[in-house]
Amino acid sequence: MGILENRFPDNVFFSTADSIINWSRKSALWPETFGIACCAIEMIATGCSRYDLDRFGIVFRPSPRQSDVMVIAGTVTKKFAPVVRRLYDQMPEPRWVIAMGTCAITGGVYNTYAVVQGSELVVPVDVHVPGCPPRPEALMHGFLLLQEKIQKSHVLRRHDPESAMAG
Amino acid sequence: MGVPLYCTKIAKRFGREVEHEGHSHGMHVFAAPPSVVVDLCRFLKDDPELRFNFLSDICGVDRYPQTPRFEVVYHLYSIPLKWRLRIKCRVDDPPRVSSVVGVWKTANWHEREAYDMYGIVFDGHPDLRRIYMWEEFEGYPMRKDFPLRGYKDTYNPFGEEKTETSSSSLSDDQDNNSSQPGEKR
Amino acid sequence: MTDVTVLNEVEKDGGGTQEILLNLGPQHPSTHGVLRLVLELKGEYVARTDPHIGYLHRGTEKLAEDFTYTQIIPLTDRLDYLCPPSTNQAFVIAVEKLLGIEAPERAQYIRVMMTELSRISGHLLIVGALPMDVGAMTVMLYTMREREMVMDLLEMICGARMHTSFCRVGGVREDLPEGFAERIREFCDIFPQRISDYERLVARNRVFLQRTRGIAVITPEDAIDLGLSGPNLRASGVDWDIRRDCPYEIYDRLDFNVIVMEGGDCYDRWKCRIDEMRESTRIIEQCMRDMPEGPFLADEPTVSFPVDKELLKCSMETQIHHFELSAYGFKVPAGEIYSCVEAPKGELGFYIISDGSEKPFRMKVRAPSFVNLQALQGASNMDYLADVVAMLGSIDPVLAEVDK
Ligand code: SF4
Repeated sequence: MGILENRFPDNVFFSTADSIINWSRKSALWPETFGIACCAIEMIATGCSRYDLDRFGIVFRPSPRQSDVMVIAGTVTKKFAPVVRRLYDQMPEPRWVIAMGTCAITGGVYNTYAVVQGSELVVPVDVHVPGCPPRPEALMHGFLLLQEKIQKSHVLRRHDPESAMAG
Repeated sequence: MGVPLYCTKIAKRFGREVEHEGHSHGMHVFAAPPSVVVDLCRFLKDDPELRFNFLSDICGVDRYPQTPRFEVVYHLYSIPLKWRLRIKCRVDDPPRVSSVVGVWKTANWHEREAYDMYGIVFDGHPDLRRIYMWEEFEGYPMRKDFPLRGYKDTYNPFGEEKTETSSSSLSDDQDNNSSQPGEKR
Repeated sequence: MTDVTVLNEVEKDGGGTQEILLNLGPQHPSTHGVLRLVLELKGEYVARTDPHIGYLHRGTEKLAEDFTYTQIIPLTDRLDYLCPPSTNQAFVIAVEKLLGIEAPERAQYIRVMMTELSRISGHLLIVGALPMDVGAMTVMLYTMREREMVMDLLEMICGARMHTSFCRVGGVREDLPEGFAERIREFCDIFPQRISDYERLVARNRVFLQRTRGIAVITPEDAIDLGLSGPNLRASGVDWDIRRDCPYEIYDRLDFNVIVMEGGDCYDRWKCRIDEMRESTRIIEQCMRDMPEGPFLADEPTVSFPVDKELLKCSMETQIHHFELSAYGFKVPAGEIYSCVEAPKGELGFYIISDGSEKPFRMKVRAPSFVNLQALQGASNMDYLADVVAMLGSIDPVLAEVDK
């Protein structure tokens, strides 16, 4: 704030309601502490010292009911898929999903009887972060992409077919 | 190095029931029929000169299409005397062995795993349930005639088609092999 | 509203408490992954613990039957993902014994050095995570700082932070990079001091001590009976370390102490790991000091990849050789082997049955975490729900290894 303080008279800013809403949504993304496998370790590393996700306003929350991003960090097995779905259903809207790692994206090397071939089959995914495991920088990039996506979304526009036709 | 003490002791106690299968890669191997496995284990653990007090591992093996089809392999270690040995127990289909949970508590989960993966039933196990797969899961995934990709469902579009014949029949297995999506050379 | 009904019922029982079933996990921060515990509670007392595992069962063993031996190496990484080099090493040693070859000395030194590095990185996580589970968040941030240093070193060697896959049958993939010796010396110089820092942060913290001292005690007899190994066993007072008792690779030439504790409680398991990190640092120093020059991959054309990268670019034969090895793998003589190493979590064994082809007939992983987790049902003085959390943190399970 240093450069802005005490420099302007009282101001009025004009903006769309959408962009204010989106801005506030994207600036406080709270992901769930929800690690499944090896990728979770990189997720922890991203949240801890050195990489420090907190500076983007991204703070890990232990409960799905308080969080709005789910990072699927690891292999989703068939036994675990109902749990993932349930956690997703417990999250309040609006909610987003990041699939971290090849396992979460396609099942990766584990094309076996026990593994879900892509978490897309269980929950809708917004951002895919490839890698095995993705580096912390990659996960951060994923979060930034998600923020970009949120910034472009429309919150207040009515969704009916006619207005969609009219453009 | 002569023959280690446990070889002679086993031969003396069990005679021809337990067969010495030789020595491979630093470990003596014994073959025991399912009926004496528990006795053998208890003997090895309790004998004051042997003291095989540590059970490393129990694992199932499917020798399909050989008979007897299944094998339960025990790896024992003696912490005070630093000996390792392997006991093999061949069992037919359907496989049944007595449980060694009474000898070592650690056998509990190992046996549950072998049950889950191969369908080997351990008589006298206190809590024989599936350990990895969910309760409703059909079939035993590590058996040689279970397809690697499993069967097709919503979560796994690459699985095998489920055929009319059940998963463990002979002809089905050959079908599965020929229709494996081309990663076999 | 529900509270009221429960209260009424309690009164009907004559003021006693009711038994409830509590489901902890599979998504719970204190379960270190996807473990699910079904706890039978009497008030706050735990009457019975029933761990449910398998939420991360990925079919590694089945997959291994379909992979060539070289392809399996990356799979072993993903078992104990906190310390991949040690899992690599265990597998590669087993295959080498089957083949009857031995890695050159330099390779053995590199492997041991990397294993010890990974032992540090694995222990660092748990040394930070146990205090975090019982409420002291700070240590984690410090241990992660040092863990990043280890990651940097591993990255320098092989390019990956976590899944190194650096071992090959017959040696290692590459030689150590230039400038590595200085970097690792730097690390070894500052690290012991950092370990003391962690100890100063929590080891005399009264809350931490109350939550861990005398909690979840495992007696030596029970520990052996339950099949515990590694630091968990040594914390109970059993003096057994595979590195010393049946040395593999070059461990017989190294000088290190085996840390043995007496109490067998959560605190001892934590402290045992702290002290082991000091020993690991010493081992790394010795490795770097004694490491001989020479080849890093055995000269076994049927098994090991061509070493000369320049030749690979211009010689047709070398290219074909490389292609054949990577596409079809190599044949391993028929036989059976059980070979184990002292992984950071305990005895990590590979039981491989080969039928003479390029793929193992059966590969069984004796995963230490899988066995250690059984201790949840065998510890005494684990009365409260909070103790279960401390216990779980102190036995350090890695769920990918538990579930395979
Ligand atoms: S993508 Fe790789 S690192 Fe991530 S969970 Fe899968 S195997 Fe582990």
